[in-house]
Amino acid sequence: MPQIEQIATTLSSQVFWLLLFFGLTFVLVGLGMVPKIMGTVDLRDQQIAGDLAAAQAARDAADLEEAAWRKRENENRAAAQGLIADAKAKAAAASSAKLAEAQGRIDARIVEAEAGIAAAQNSAMAEIETVAADAARDIVARIAGADIEPAVAQAAVKEVMAHG
Amino acid sequence: MAAEEGKVDPMKQFTIEPLFGSEWQLADGINIAFTNSALWMAITAILVTIFVAGGMKREVVPGRWQMAVESMTGFIDDLLEANVGKAGRKYVPYIFTLFMFILFGNLLGLVPVGLIPNVHAFTFTSHFTVTGVLAIMSFSIVLIVGFVRHGFHFFSLFVPAGTPLPMVFFIAPIEFISFMVRPFSLALRLFVAMMAGHVLLKVLASFVIAGGAGGPALGAAVGVPSFILMVAISALEILVAGIQAYVFALLTSLYINDAENLH
Repeated sequence: MPQIEQIATTLSSQVFWLLLFFGLTFVLVGLGMVPKIMGTVDLRDQQIAGDLAAAQAARDAADLEEAAWRKRENENRAAAQGLIADAKAKAAAASSAKLAEAQGRIDARIVEAEAGIAAAQNSAMAEIETVAADAARDIVARIAGADIEPAVAQAAVKEVMAHG
Repeated sequence: MAAEEGKVDPMKQFTIEPLFGSEWQLADGINIAFTNSALWMAITAILVTIFVAGGMKREVVPGRWQMAVESMTGFIDDLLEANVGKAGRKYVPYIFTLFMFILFGNLLGLVPVGLIPNVHAFTFTSHFTVTGVLAIMSFSIVLIVGFVRHGFHFFSLFVPAGTPLPMVFFIAPIEFISFMVRPFSLALRLFVAMMAGHVLLKVLASFVIAGGAGGPALGAAVGVPSFILMVAISALEILVAGIQAYVFALLTSLYINDAENLH
């Protein structure tokens, strides 16, 4: 095995060149380049995180804006609905008042007319009674030859009419 | 490659050969020749650097390459986040370098550059001298972080929470031994996994060569199945290369968690 056979003659050379080249790589690559590369990665990660945070903030703001707009819109709609209801109520009240007034006028005329009818009926009835009493006196005078008082005839007529 | 006629030495691939500077010395007797092992470490270091540098455009919307690099750093970041927590972030540079260095070293050893004459792939992670140094580095970080953060209180790591007092005297030595074994298991796991795979591939390759040399009948009976098995095991080795790099990084982060959070 050359690793053991040559150890006495090559150990110093092996150790020296390894330390030299490993040390060079460590200083140049490990200390010189790796921190910069990791810095680039960190920078990129930070930028991505920042961009994501900004996007999230913008989204939140948009959500807030939308919520506010929705609230405003709902308020406007409610106000419009109120206005419509108000107008409706007013119109209904006005029409019902007009109706009541008209009804009152009609009722008054009906009452008036009914009174007229009743008066006419009464006067007609009175005339019929007078005519009937006169007729009854005439009949009695012709048949019985008796002359009766108009008041008696009238009372008799009234009694008959009252019985139907 | 072939030591004798039709023979493949499966251990030859691990031989370290000086390419140049074989007389270079750091101090008296400490030789630092630039070997084939060092060459592949250099290639690994360069490719890791190129790969990561390709992800440095720092665009907000990443391209494919940047995405690949960012997924690797993110992978290690998540690993440490899951095992150590928020405090794990400061270890990302080390764990990332460790992971990428081992991963690229493992994968480069599997690239069939041997098809080009006189070019031989070399897997430096199949040497325990290399994996040992990596393990000792990870273990040292654990010790340093542990003692700096917790002082001598770090020794309470050897007494799991809720241990009855009489049991402490038995459990503490066991915990101590298991703690001290960590760098060895860390180093040996990677070394053995990488070496075993490469030895197996070379052994099967020698079957293919020997089968082919033995005539058409033997070639069909031994060579072809061996070759099919080699293809399948190569795929498995790519998986192992990734898994071993991941295991090394994962265990290091788990040990760092002990030092960082103590229980």
